[in-house]
This record gives sequence, structure tokens and C-alpha cells, in this order.
Amino acid sequence: MTQCDVLVVGAGPAGIAAATAAAISGRRVLLLDENPAPGGQIWRVGQPMPKGQAEGQTAKNQAIARLCACGASCLFGYSVYDAPSAGELRAICESGEAAAGPVPGDPHIVGLRYEKLILATGARERFLPFPGWTLPGVFGPGGLQALVKGGFNVAGQRIVVAGSGPLLLAVAAHLRGYGANVVCVAEQAPLAKMLPFAASLWSHPARILQGIQYRAALGTAPFHLGCWPVAALADEVSGKLTGVRLTNGKRTWTQHCDLLACGFHLVPNIELASLLGCAIQDGFVKVDHQQRTSLAHVYCAGEPTGIGGLGAALVQGEIAGLASAGKPTDSLQGRRLAERKFALKLEAAFRIRPELRSLARPDTLVCRCEDIPYAALEKRSGWIDAKLQTRCGMGPCQGRICGAATETLFGWKQTSVRPPLMPVPVSALVYPGLQPVSLKEHL
Amino acid sequence: MASGATAAGMGHLVVMDDSPAQLALTQYSRSIWRELMAQLPASVEYQACGTIWVAADEEEMVEVYAKSRICASAGVQAEVLSPAQLANAEPRLRDGLAGGLLVPDDGVVYPPAAAGFFLQQAVQAGAEFLQGSDAVFASQGLVRLANGTTLTADRILLSPGADCSLLPGLPIRRRKGHLLITDRYPGFLRHQLVELGYLKSAHSTEADSVAFNVQPRRTGQMLIGSSRQFDNNDAATDEKIVRQMLQRALAYMPGLGQLSGLRLWTGFRAATPDKLPLIGPAGRLTGEVADPSLWLAAGFEGLGITNAPGAARLMADQLLGRISMIDPEPFLPNRFVAQETVYV
Repeated sequence: MTQCDVLVVGAGPAGIAAATAAAISGRRVLLLDENPAPGGQIWRVGQPMPKGQAEGQTAKNQAIARLCACGASCLFGYSVYDAPSAGELRAICESGEAAAGPVPGDPHIVGLRYEKLILATGARERFLPFPGWTLPGVFGPGGLQALVKGGFNVAGQRIVVAGSGPLLLAVAAHLRGYGANVVCVAEQAPLAKMLPFAASLWSHPARILQGIQYRAALGTAPFHLGCWPVAALADEVSGKLTGVRLTNGKRTWTQHCDLLACGFHLVPNIELASLLGCAIQDGFVKVDHQQRTSLAHVYCAGEPTGIGGLGAALVQGEIAGLASAGKPTDSLQGRRLAERKFALKLEAAFRIRPELRSLARPDTLVCRCEDIPYAALEKRSGWIDAKLQTRCGMGPCQGRICGAATETLFGWKQTSVRPPLMPVPVSALVYPGLQPVSLKEHL
Repeated sequence: MASGATAAGMGHLVVMDDSPAQLALTQYSRSIWRELMAQLPASVEYQACGTIWVAADEEEMVEVYAKSRICASAGVQAEVLSPAQLANAEPRLRDGLAGGLLVPDDGVVYPPAAAGFFLQQAVQAGAEFLQGSDAVFASQGLVRLANGTTLTADRILLSPGADCSLLPGLPIRRRKGHLLITDRYPGFLRHQLVELGYLKSAHSTEADSVAFNVQPRRTGQMLIGSSRQFDNNDAATDEKIVRQMLQRALAYMPGLGQLSGLRLWTGFRAATPDKLPLIGPAGRLTGEVADPSLWLAAGFEGLGITNAPGAARLMADQLLGRISMIDPEPFLPNRFVAQETVYV
């Protein structure tokens, strides 16, 4: 069993800020992430961009340099899968160096004991079903970006980036940086909603600049507002993606492309918080001004408390880190409030339009793990009824994808979270927490 | 609908012989399941996979022979397996087991879909289905729902599973169980496998217990169980008993350890003191004065899905004054008040 004062789950911007603040305050800190390196989704390391420098590189480098200097221990490549008792988490490493446990063939399992826990578990993309959304060649924008950073070659590929959220422009700019031919960006939110949002950005000059940079990086590719995909098209013989049908509600047209990156803003990762028993309000982890959840020893920062982006993650993470170490956070409260206001505007601007709830045809899959089409779900009375009668959400992803979709489509609320948080070998539930872990600061 | 014990349970259709009455009801019910087979929609995932009762040692083989004799005298097909035959039937079992008993006509269903099928039949026959509001009161021909609706009927059948809040006086205790479901591994397992020690585990009346009990699903997934705990009303998974349960499973089938486990959950069985269900008029079980309107189908412990069709026929026979195929007497709820009646 590994013991620490403050355990931080998730090494994106919020987790890095939290771990750094708590460690500087003299606490023994352990920062854990399932990826092999810190940075999370937004600061994911990977292949350098051939054209120019990825944006935010300076901020990232500074944050990571501070993390390295602060004395926090780090454990990368480990995923938390269970919270067997108060003050304890279980994590598993199934790939990479540490994967080989003492019993050959068994995964490496660690038990982590903490006094204070900070959840910085980030968010994932929301996918909504439309005909063709499961075709090969259709990705989430964040997923495609991660693949490209991992070496997937998009040079010369015609790509449509569609869906919703600030991520679309950022990903489009990135893809261009890697040589892709981004043929258009389609944002479902209408101009009428984007204008007040854009106006609100005047209080955030850095974001205006960033937006302009992204827009400029798009070159001549059109940026359609109030435009969304209604179907992805494939060649009947090869099955390869050939294009996407886009609509603005009045006119529908075909945009040819080789790849489609489509995601509808973000869904918070609140599963670990739910498993621990933290109060959830309107789909987000409820926190006070110190980022404290309904459980006195558990804090939460970043997207799980409200989709607010990088700025919110950094300030909330720092507050959580300081608060967990018993330090004052007064000087950060102004920034926290400003970021909170920004997050509310973000939410209003990128709200999902009702037309997106009726894109699926009867045979369009909603649950990909269990192959459940829309027609099987529309007559069910709720999430539990759908799970029991159709097996929707019962496969390996345990409703992480289709749960967010059915909430948007039918208003179904997801219910309890069961261990394990993600599929683990059965043996991980039998011999847990017995293996020591050496806390190297392998950054 | 079907979101309590029906949703939590395995869906094993099994002949159990721990008492003559249980043998009669499970055998009768299983025969109805087999008659229904052709009508069941694919979603019910009926599979006549059979049960193998696994004997770990010679002592348990003695039980195998005893069980096979009981089966033979009741007309239940069963076949004693040698160690080699057992290994051939289920190659993933560990070496060194003593043998087993194959009961080929046992089967498996997906219980929520089976309940959905029965509901559909009831609705087609003219029943009205109300959902979304709990019954909060039932007595003297009157049922009140949480949403304020009032229903009246000559007969009220209560089938509350392990939730006895409507009738706190029922001789039912909640008995918690855990299950784990794996990802899809078609062909890994062919039969429902249960260790003979299960009988001790299922029937030791007080202590927490675990037993090796695995089930193949048509999807290629497997359900791994089982555990039994009295007086634990917490629906959260209990790490200690999960570990014991899975250790037990791995002791019989080590290869399960490498499979991907998707989800662990708990459920509550409705256990009666004599391990038989309550089927018939509630009589004085619910209060000082008998309430002729209240009828019960409850207390099925781990055999709810197996016994559902047999219990339904017994109930219908009693309501309509028909003669039943098996003796309904051992299941009458008034067996728990009979003694008092004598002394009053």
C-alpha cells in the first residue's frame, strides 16, 4: 500500500496545478494519470507539428517545469478502477514498463492510501448518433488529434471538422499544422448564440487572440455556424468514407472528405466522483469555493465541476491543491469567479440544438458496444429499463459513450456507477493492493 | 419492471432437490420453460446449456451419486461424469477434480427479457400495465400508489421480491448476493457450472458464504458468482466477499483470472425460513385478521426465475379453483401461521 497526504487523480492542467500547489505547501503528493506522461488531453505530448508550434506550448512547459521542481511524486500509466474503502483507491497498469506484476501475466495493481484526494479527471467528447457515425474514418475531434499526436498521418487528407465546442477550431488548426486539408469546420451553435459569447471574450483578451490565431490557421477553409452533419457517406463497395451531408436547417449539401472529425462538446468524467459518493448536481460534481466536494476530504477541479476549459482548470486546480494543504486561497477567488462566469457563457453558447436529437434513423446504432439501434431504445421508459431490456450501456464502455447520447436524445439520467470503473482482468479484483510501487519522479 | 432481483440475478433454470417440494416445483417449472422454448423471443436468450454440478473430491462424489439417484427417481435426466468426462465437457476447469453430475435439461435465460415476454403476454390477454409509481398500501381490496392513484380489486397479488415494505410481517429476509460479468469470450464455457459445495453454501442458514457458480451467456459473456449474506442491506459491493467469491471461482477455473471483468453488482434474494416460496392466499400472515383479498407470490430466494412459470400456474389454479399438477400445500403462506392457530 502506498501512502500519501494528497493524491491527485488526473495529470491534465487541473491536476498538474493541484499537485504543484499542494507539494509547494509541504504536502506529500502523488499525481496519477493513465497516460504515460503529464498533460492530459489538451497538453498531450506527441509528434511535433511540422508547420509552426502548437499553441499553448509555453504555458505547458512552464507548468510541467514547476511540477518537476515541486517535489510531487508521479505515477503514470495507471488507471483508477476501484475505491474499495474510505481513503483508498486501486489502480492498474496494463501496459508499459510497469505492467508486469510479480505473477507473470498478471497486471500490476497498486493500492493508494490518501488523506486528501483531488479529482481532476477531465472530460470526454460527446457523440450523438447520426446515420454513418460509426463508419471507419469518422473520429471524435479530440480522438483524431490524439491519434495524430501519436503518429497517425493526416498529411494531404481532406478532413471535415464538425460538431460543437471550442475544440473544433483548435483541432482544425492542429490538423492543418500536421498537413491536413481541412475542407470546412461546421459548428452546430448558431451565430445568435455565438455573438454574445464572442462579445464576452473581450474580458478575456488571450482567448480572443487564440480564436483569431485558430481562425487564421484555418486559411481559406469555411467556418460554418449553425451547421451540422446529418449523415456520413461511404462508398458502397469499399465501405470507405466519401463525404458528409451537412445542413444549416434550410439547405443540405454534400461535402466530400476522407475523414470526418465530429464531436458535440464535452461530457465531464464524473464516474470516480460518483463511485466515491460525491454529490452530483446537474451532471457535474458539486464543489464549494475551495473546490471541496460533498465529501470533506475529496476535492475536484476542472471539467468535472463544469466545462470551463484551460483557464478554469488551472485556477481551480491551484485552489484545490492549496485548500487540501490547509492554505488560504483568497487571492485566487477573483479569478475563479471570472472563469466560472466564462464557463456559464460557454455552456449557453454551445448548447445542443434540438434538431440534433432527431438525426438517428431507426437502424442507426446508439450503443456501439452492444449494437443497439435507435428503434430499440425509443420505446423504453428510461435508462434502467433500456439497459435491462436492450443491454444498451452494458458493454465494455459501460455507457460512457451511449449514456451521454441517450441523455441528450431522451433526457435519461444515468444512474449508479459500479466498480470496476473500466474493464479490468478478473484477477485485479482478487489480488489487489499487494504490490509495492516505487515512486520515481519519472517525468 | 423487473428491475429488482430479476435484473440482478443470473437466470439459471435449474432443478433443485434439497426438499421434495422444491424438487417438484423446480421440475414442474422447468418443464413449462421447455414448453415455452419455441415461443420465447431471441432477446430472452434461452439456452438449454445444462448444469454440471462439479465435485472437487471423493466426498463430493458421494453427493453426486446421491443426487443422481434422486434425479432418477423423479424422472429428471442426469448423467454422472468421470474426471475425464468432466474435463472433456469443460476443458477450462482445473485438473484433479473428482467428477460431476450433468443435468442436461437445465438452462439459462436473460431474466429481464423473460419478464418482458411474460408482461407482453399478460397485456395481450387484456391486462393493463401501470408503471412509474410504487404501491404504498395494499389491504382489503384496495391498493394505493405513491402518485395518489387508488385501485380496487377482489384479489390483490403481491409479488414484492425482496422489498417487503408493503407487508413487513412476511417471513422474508433479504439475502445479498454479488455477481461479476465478463466481456465476450465465445466458447470459453459451455455449461452452467456449480460446485457441489454450493448446496452447503446456499443452505447454511446464517453465515456469509461463497460458491463457484459460472454461467455462459449467449453473447459469449460469463456471469461469475456467487455469494450469500444475510443482514446486509447495503447495495454497495463488498470488497472482502467479492475477493472470496472470485478466489473461489479461480480455484476451479484459473483461466477466468485473465478475462476482462466489466461490472460487479449486488442484488437481494428474498429468503424464507424453510427455503420454499410463499404461493397462495396471505391469510393471517399479514395481520391479526385474515385479509381474503391479499395473495402472495414471494420468497423465491435464488430460484425466482426458475420457479416463475410454475408459481404462476399454482396461483392461477388456486384463484380459479382448479386442480394443480403438483401439490400446492407446501407453498401455502399460512404454513407460517398454522402453529399459532393451533394454540389460539
